[in-house]
Amino acid sequence: MGNGTSIGRVRGLGPAHEGVHHWLVQRFTAIGNLVLVLWLAASIVLLGDLSYATVSGYLSQPLPATAMALLIVSTFWHARLGLQVLAEDYVHTAGNKFAVIALLNLATVGGAAFGLFCVAKLALGGAA
Amino acid sequence: MADRPLSPHLSIWKWGPHMAVSILHRITGDGMALVGLAVLLWWLGALASGAEAYATFADWMTSPLGYVVLVGLSWAFFNHMTSGLRHFVLDIGAGYELDTNKAWSVASPLIGILLTAGFWALLLLR
Repeated sequence: MGNGTSIGRVRGLGPAHEGVHHWLVQRFTAIGNLVLVLWLAASIVLLGDLSYATVSGYLSQPLPATAMALLIVSTFWHARLGLQVLAEDYVHTAGNKFAVIALLNLATVGGAAFGLFCVAKLALGGAA
Repeated sequence: MADRPLSPHLSIWKWGPHMAVSILHRITGDGMALVGLAVLLWWLGALASGAEAYATFADWMTSPLGYVVLVGLSWAFFNHMTSGLRHFVLDIGAGYELDTNKAWSVASPLIGILLTAGFWALLLLR
């Protein structure tokens, strides 16, 4: 933090101490979510039924499997950024904030990895 | 904490639609992050585990509680989508005139409810 210009005196004073990159990636992943979750909603409506055979057959095809894998990455990334802001706004102690964000990273990376593995198994694992 | 002036907090402002749409955006977004992604992983995990696990998932999701969760999540998505699109407009510097801002703050959640109703109508009437 500088002490010269007016912007230099306030830069870094927010609860996260930085933010332009976070802000931009939140928007990039939002565009991904908009396209991919609308694809998922349309797929759910357009599939004849939601039985095991229909849904697993659909998600094992190349394009739906790719879209689902991208949806997992985009939504988990976006959710990680959004929950990070929640923690930064409401968890005020530095140590607790660090712990919450560390837990958040574990949960979102772990969750996304599990989702991607499930899609890979559906697409590549043959008949379940 | 640094010794610097703090902005006035929640209780001092007159409640308005732009505040409601803002907190709804946070509630629906974080709600989907905490509940929606868990349901998504359960769905994908059940699909990857086989027909029996999928039947357990389907039983839960077609129970009354399951419908509350799924209708709630779909509403959260469409609400977050419309207020998110509103954010994109605000991000380019448009829509800050008081009347315009208020009108879209009221319209965003209403459009979200209409889209939720339309989604379930398509799903149940197909």
